[in-house]
Amino acid sequence: MRIEVDVARQLGAFRLEAAFESEAVVTALFGRSGCGKTTVLNMIAGLLRPERGRIAVGDRVLYDSATGTDLPSAQRRIGYVFQDGLLLPHLSVRQNLLYGRFFTPEAGRWADVDKIVSLLDLRPLLERRPRNLSGGEKQRVAIGRALLASPRLLLMDEPLASIDAGRRGEILYYVERLRDEVGVPIVYVSHEIEEVVRLAENMVLLSDGSVAAAGPVRELMGRIELRRMIGRYEGGAVVETRVTEQDLTSGLARLAFAGGELLVADVDALVGETLRVRVRARDVSIALERPRDISILNCLRGRIVEIGAEPGASVDVRLDVAGTPIIARITRHSAHALRLATGQEVWALVKSVSLDRHSLGYA
Amino acid sequence: MFDALTPSELEALRLSVKVAAVSVIASLPVGFALAWLLARHRFPGKSMLDAVVHLPLVLPPVVIGYLLLVLFGRRGPIGQWLDETFGIVFAFRWTGAALACALMGLPLLVRAIRQSLEAIDRRLESAAATLGASRLWVLASVTVPLSLPGIITGMLLSFARSLGEFGATITFVSNIPGETQTLPLAIYTYTQVPGGDAQAMRLCIISVLLSLAALLVSEVLVRRVNVRVYGDAH
Repeated sequence: MRIEVDVARQLGAFRLEAAFESEAVVTALFGRSGCGKTTVLNMIAGLLRPERGRIAVGDRVLYDSATGTDLPSAQRRIGYVFQDGLLLPHLSVRQNLLYGRFFTPEAGRWADVDKIVSLLDLRPLLERRPRNLSGGEKQRVAIGRALLASPRLLLMDEPLASIDAGRRGEILYYVERLRDEVGVPIVYVSHEIEEVVRLAENMVLLSDGSVAAAGPVRELMGRIELRRMIGRYEGGAVVETRVTEQDLTSGLARLAFAGGELLVADVDALVGETLRVRVRARDVSIALERPRDISILNCLRGRIVEIGAEPGASVDVRLDVAGTPIIARITRHSAHALRLATGQEVWALVKSVSLDRHSLGYA
Repeated sequence: MFDALTPSELEALRLSVKVAAVSVIASLPVGFALAWLLARHRFPGKSMLDAVVHLPLVLPPVVIGYLLLVLFGRRGPIGQWLDETFGIVFAFRWTGAALACALMGLPLLVRAIRQSLEAIDRRLESAAATLGASRLWVLASVTVPLSLPGIITGMLLSFARSLGEFGATITFVSNIPGETQTLPLAIYTYTQVPGGDAQAMRLCIISVLLSLAALLVSEVLVRRVNVRVYGDAH
């Protein structure tokens, strides 16, 4: 389903002017706090009115300043999972779950109560009250509640923000399940690139109220000029791979992609499954010749296509590894010492152990 | 226990409770609407409205009673119209006593409800709207239940205020046994009669017991509702 968003509004000193389209199952709205992500969600949900613009989900126009269309929230059929859940405190979990369903016209109800309840493992919680739930449980109920209203689009506003770091993986797992099993399009707001890589196909990069870039996650992660926005520490290329071998004795998995293969430790996936791997630029080294007698297992041959021009002690070097972009962050000093230049053939070295669980997304 | 009361005492007690109950129930919709307006909206003249709602708290009750007499008396502009159009008469009836009590209790009712409305996280109402609830449904299924502690507190305060109401009532509807003579008026009457001290004291004790009972009931109710809504009796 196609989502079209084109909104503008002045909010005090902050100007939001954002337009993007996406047909992905999961579209990530990514950017630093205060860049306008939640504002965009509120506009899609009808909680905040843009000054002008157009919002459409599929062939249904929710807002259009040109024609004066502005559906009230209650009629938009947009599920919204708020950062802190916002369960109704005076109702039980069961009543919260069925709240939206009650207002959904019979013909539009696609969500099956039993299916959603078991998908999110909510059965043991049904008779509890929201105040007796942990952060993760609240968030699961909030997701279930939004889904049971049979929305045409699900908005998730940093659903992991209010959860202990240790339990975030659990919610991510449920979001993945719902992405793969329910099929409702999702707009997912986050400022953690890790979540974006793991969940989303498309990404909209917001910066100071406007769209800095939008497109497939893989493509955007491979662009050096966006690294300032993605984060110096976390930026890097994303590679789509397929598991070709799981070696149980060494604990290493062989992941094949167009430009070769990566050996990664402790991959929780079966042979044949596809896996998205984020190769952080800071974990990639460059060598002019293939080194011998070295502990690093992943040596990829590639051509330099771009050397970042930003100031500072480090530079990002973009390599083309048989069509797959890989970014290496090295010191400016090394780039000079090795006399790196665009067009040059080099080796990219990636430590297997640097590709940890947080770098993998199950696509 | 009621055997111990004389018929006239019983009459005054029943009338007091009836007047207070009717005044509270009748003023609740108005009180909620006013609290809603004051808590949720900005409009020109808001502080004026706020002041007017609070007037009964600061004005001498006799002023309220006299104004009611002028406006709602049989010859008064509103009273005459109500009598001719709907056949409703307030003057010298127990309904007039209830009207006076409602007006005197209104500021307390509005204050309590307003405070609880202001304490509601409005994003809960937004969440309900995204789930498909229309504005009226949001009001009925989120706003009212969440402001229930304030509504109950306000009703109790207004009820207690009504039980004690004297000045506005006696000025507006006079002191008619069996019609407008509530407990405070009855006590006042006995204190004006030689040898009525014992009677006045009996009624005073009844008054104290009645007020205590009202307070206790409301305390229990508020606690229960708080537990239901917020999970503790805060």
